[in-house]
Amino acid sequence: MKLHFTLNGRPVEVEVPSDRRVVDLLREELGLTGTKEGCGQGECGACTILVDGVSRLSCLMLAAQLEGRSLVTIEGLAAGGDLHPVQEAFVEEGAVQCGFCTPGMILAAVDLLGRDPRPGRGDIRQGLSGNLCRCSGYQKVVDAVERAAQGPLPEEKP
Amino acid sequence: MASAPCLSGRPALMKHPGQGRGRTAMERLKHPPSLGTVLARADGPAKVTGAEKYAADHYGPGVLWAGVKRAGTPHARLKALDTGRAADLDGVEAVLTHAQVRGTNRQGVIRKDQPVLVDDKVRHCGDAVALVVARDRQVLAAALERIELELEPLEPVLDPTRALEPDAPLVHEDNPTGNLLLAGELVRGRGREALADCPLVVELDLELARQEHAYLETEAGWAILTPAGALEIVASTQTPFRDRAEVAEALGLKPELVRVIAPYLGGGFGGKDGITVQSLLGLAALACPGRPVKMWWSREESFLAGPKRHPARLHYRLGADRDGRLLALEADLAYDTGPYDHLGGVVMTLGLEHAGGPYHIEHTSLRARAVYTNNPVSGAFRGFGVPQAAAAMEQVMDLLARRLGREPLELRRRNLARPGRRVASGARPECSQGLDECLQRLAGHRFWRGRQAWKARAGPFKRRGVGVAAVMHGLGYGPVVPDVANAKIELTVRGGIRVYSGVADMGQGNASTCLQIAGQVLNQGLEDMELVLPDTERTLPSGSASASRTTFTYGQALIAAAGQLRRRILERAADLLFADSAGELSLLPGRVRHPASGRELPLARLAGLMQDSERVAVGRHRAPVSRERPTDDETLRLHGLPHAVFSFAAQLAAVELDELTGQVELKGFVTVCDCGRLLNRQLAEQQVQGAVAQGLGYALWEDLAVADGRVLTPDLSTYLLPTSLDVPEMDSLWVQTHEPSGPFGLKGVGEVGIDGPLPAVANAVADACGLGPRRFPLTPERVLAGLGRPGEPGGKP
Repeated sequence: MKLHFTLNGRPVEVEVPSDRRVVDLLREELGLTGTKEGCGQGECGACTILVDGVSRLSCLMLAAQLEGRSLVTIEGLAAGGDLHPVQEAFVEEGAVQCGFCTPGMILAAVDLLGRDPRPGRGDIRQGLSGNLCRCSGYQKVVDAVERAAQGPLPEEKP
Repeated sequence: MASAPCLSGRPALMKHPGQGRGRTAMERLKHPPSLGTVLARADGPAKVTGAEKYAADHYGPGVLWAGVKRAGTPHARLKALDTGRAADLDGVEAVLTHAQVRGTNRQGVIRKDQPVLVDDKVRHCGDAVALVVARDRQVLAAALERIELELEPLEPVLDPTRALEPDAPLVHEDNPTGNLLLAGELVRGRGREALADCPLVVELDLELARQEHAYLETEAGWAILTPAGALEIVASTQTPFRDRAEVAEALGLKPELVRVIAPYLGGGFGGKDGITVQSLLGLAALACPGRPVKMWWSREESFLAGPKRHPARLHYRLGADRDGRLLALEADLAYDTGPYDHLGGVVMTLGLEHAGGPYHIEHTSLRARAVYTNNPVSGAFRGFGVPQAAAAMEQVMDLLARRLGREPLELRRRNLARPGRRVASGARPECSQGLDECLQRLAGHRFWRGRQAWKARAGPFKRRGVGVAAVMHGLGYGPVVPDVANAKIELTVRGGIRVYSGVADMGQGNASTCLQIAGQVLNQGLEDMELVLPDTERTLPSGSASASRTTFTYGQALIAAAGQLRRRILERAADLLFADSAGELSLLPGRVRHPASGRELPLARLAGLMQDSERVAVGRHRAPVSRERPTDDETLRLHGLPHAVFSFAAQLAAVELDELTGQVELKGFVTVCDCGRLLNRQLAEQQVQGAVAQGLGYALWEDLAVADGRVLTPDLSTYLLPTSLDVPEMDSLWVQTHEPSGPFGLKGVGEVGIDGPLPAVANAVADACGLGPRRFPLTPERVLAGLGRPGEPGGKP
């Protein structure tokens, strides 16, 4: 089927089987490999993307669900080349190790801060509990989100 | 988690001393790095923007997909394979079996006993029997379904004790020691007989689960056979150079025709220490010349076929006098190694070496064995046999402390082997030793000092406990296998610095550390430096990313290479600037300066005047080995015993358990670590915190359950990984000894943090309720069952 949606601020039109998983569409057809896949079952959160500003698991979404929606992947977060405050905080606080959970974790954090601009550490832990990280033990991830929350507020949800 | 003032909230030492001085960690990248600072990782920006390309990220026109038909049964003879119906399918490019493997069809590091594709027998459910290459994943899946295996079932070997009985079926008929892969024994003094004379003897039996690595990036890679006949493999691997030799031998190729490239890994933890997809990809690419072939295991396939931490059974008897001096130890460690060696012998040997921990014990009988079974493959996993040993030793220490009515920390301090004395293995460590100071620091920590008041404040139906552990962890390959790294560094024609890293970065950040070290030696800002990741064609062999040896060994080689390049730059600059000698010059970011005359020479200019061969320097380092001989068993020595250099840690867990549900909640965790001097505090913290989280998972949740050789927890919905809600705030403190054999005084920090969490948590649970849990992980069911048992010493009041 022919699909129209907004991807990282730009309108796109793709011809794709309606049951194509969104994670495959992004990674294989559109070359956006920043969206990772860790389980294919909605358990790990590595494939998190923002759909109309809300975090969604792209391994559980089918292409047809994208019609008319607005998607943000990790590649679309750094507007104009400047890192998003959450991305910058992840680098600063050492929240990145192997980096495979990182794109999904960052997008989940952006979603969280969009809903709750000043979360406490417990709120952050709650908000990120759907995203698994095997390297960090989460502490520096929480540090990073806390740092991003304390900085200038991110603009309206991308 | 804010129920107790003294244990809640952010640990006091969370903030990095390097912060708040004006520069951010990222800004610091622009300047020559100083040691011990907090420096943002060079790989951070590419990873947070999704730009970094992992082995799993290659697509493109014409990419074929390869996949594996797995056995699905634990033990069987392969009678026949019918691949015809698969090969007939439109879009199938190749269906391959052992018949197409032209080499030895065997992989492995010490004992090469694992086939690329099964040729005689199936030895576990995850064995690869056939390989399909197809146009896309849909065709691939359909073709795999159509392959038919004719298997003659054999009685499986499922229990490591039963495996050693004389009438047990054999996993490998050709192994001279039957189902015993390797056994070792260390005896000192009068050995176990001395226990008879000990005024006090405590005893412990433990059963520890199989742990899954669960890296977020499952096993992945791609390969191509070039028109020139070279096989290029890009893989998520910790061991590119060893892979090249293994793939070449297994597939019957000349090693020089095989090139292995290791991009940043999406996690490794030991599970990619050795062959996963490499030989299969090679075989697939050989069958489809000129076409890129991709393989990416699903999560279920990774759980089924990838290596695990060895499940283990341990029996300990520890004897002491009434003053709490350790006199004798008998330890027996049995590791279920699964169907293939896969470093299992080396894992067992490291466990044996660490069986008695960091203590001085006059009389010891330490025995360990690794046993073949038809269960999933056990292999390397961060800690490498030591978490099992420490689980037993550190719990038996607490049993003794309780029996004696002494403080656990004090009992440990009293029995530590002082520098120059032998630890329980019988060997003297030859390194800096800060464990006593670690324990002192822990004793002064508010979690320890305030524990009685905190425990007393437990709410209704809650019990609280605090437990500790003291651990050591050997670095490197041991006395026989050369632990060598070769570094290469280049002054580029543009005047920048290019570091060729020979050791894979699976997430530890050693690639960043390479830049930091080179930047330090050459006084260059990291922005003017670049990195070449491991590639058997471009970088030099430097061993595996494993054994806490990555930066410890490679760092020294890099210091040598960078030092040589520095001398060459200054010497050539002295000639060009008419300076009397290189000693009159200063190497500054981007330029060389002659302070006496004020003349300067940009590095770009200098580089342009140098020949290619002058702009490259190499350095080599071979890590020192122990001169101790606690055993003359040459097989054990080959497998790595003993080590010379150790990192140390004292760890503390604070838990609260629910009497009604059996749930154990972690309230705090402290690690005081001696891993020598810190080069970058942030990276060291990352290693310790990540290791602790995996260790906490090992203690409380993670259990790759297997019955009849089949995995019962095949995915992330059944295998429980710690989430952000499960792991507590962690405090990481450092005792920075200076290790003369390490780069700038550093020791490895990758593993030591995972050795103590399980016993620290178990000791905390025992402190809370007197329960002596014997099976791990400590599931609520097990905790509840223990709580219900009346008459348990120190149990329910």
